[in-house]
Amino acid sequence: MAAGYTLMQNPQRIARPVTESTLTANPPNDALSSREARLSALFKSALAGDAVAYKTFLTDASGHVRSYLKRRLQRTADIEDLVQEVLLAVHNKRHTYDVTRPVTSWLFAIAQYKLIDHLRRRRHDAHTDALDDDFAASEPDGEALAADRDLARLLDTLPERQRLPIVHVKIEGLSVAETSRLTGISESAVKVGIHRGLKSLAARIRGAG
Amino acid sequence: MKTDQLIDLLSSGAESVAPRAAERRLSLTLLLGGAGAAVIMLGVFGLNPQLRALLSVTDFWVKMTFTGVLSVAALVTTLRLARPGDVVGGALWWAVAAVAALWTIGADALADADSGRRVATLMGHTWRTCPFNIALLSAPIFVATAIALRSLAPTRLREAGAAAGFFSGAFGAFVYGLHCPELAAPFIGTWYLLGIAIPTAIGATFGPRLLRW
Repeated sequence: MAAGYTLMQNPQRIARPVTESTLTANPPNDALSSREARLSALFKSALAGDAVAYKTFLTDASGHVRSYLKRRLQRTADIEDLVQEVLLAVHNKRHTYDVTRPVTSWLFAIAQYKLIDHLRRRRHDAHTDALDDDFAASEPDGEALAADRDLARLLDTLPERQRLPIVHVKIEGLSVAETSRLTGISESAVKVGIHRGLKSLAARIRGAG
Repeated sequence: MKTDQLIDLLSSGAESVAPRAAERRLSLTLLLGGAGAAVIMLGVFGLNPQLRALLSVTDFWVKMTFTGVLSVAALVTTLRLARPGDVVGGALWWAVAAVAALWTIGADALADADSGRRVATLMGHTWRTCPFNIALLSAPIFVATAIALRSLAPTRLREAGAAAGFFSGAFGAFVYGLHCPELAAPFIGTWYLLGIAIPTAIGATFGPRLLRW
């Protein structure tokens, strides 16, 4: 219960909500507005189904999120894990973006949420580790998985009905109909499989991180 | 490098996303949760037998408007809190204004009443059960709202939980108004608000655990 508030003891800049004004503290104003204009145009096309725009958006966004996290995290090993977690969250929650609002505040609010969640988990882990050192040794090694994570390996941990749709549609670029024929999974189940699979992938990255 | 892989994975075969998803999911909540509350209200308490006559009573409409405004204010606030980086905005002030307006009427009613009747006006006949009945009706709405919020992306979990609880309490109170025989503004401004406070406190307490994503 107290976990909700323990973060308030963290440095102010983490607890402080990300607003336009906190963002302006760093890059100059016009750079910010051009960043917003670019990202917003890309994301709007992406939401309309433009995969190229979406890829560019995610690449740009990952850069911004990475530098945001670099300024706030000491353990550099965690940064890339967290960048990926934010990207998956952006993807899985992209329906929550309100097109009338700046996409940068949406993006950084997600990044901040994931950062706080990450710090809270680390604090919690440190706490439990201290409490039961003996058990920690026998736990499956989350640290190793995180350090040496490979997408293929993470995908392997998914059930077939999620893994196959993702592999065929998302990696090999087959259509939903082709994947359905190939795997014998119905078309709607393929779509559901991709959706659920990406969600459990997000959960797994979080669990491993 | 691995992040690039992930970006490829996420962007390939991108599908379009229907706009206004958050609004649609929360409207569904309104429908499902409201239906659940109505079923409980009809089954457990029953519609007020005098409802037809009440339709021409101003105090009845004051009560329904009060819970209606609180519901809308809470729903708008919940929606804002369900989207990362959105501003909560002024919707909560509508709720404050509604309480202030109700208590302006309530203060008049208490001032007009004989000193012997004041306590009776405040307590009505059902003050013992009213808050708990409202809390009971809020339960299906709270469940529906929490499910909707989990599919969205609240980043301030305690506030989002409280807003969801506030909404379910206010909307539960609205539904309860179709059963409840009480009409006095001081009663509504006390016991209805207490009923709404129960799910609000529950939402604030469990929000961080319930809504985490």
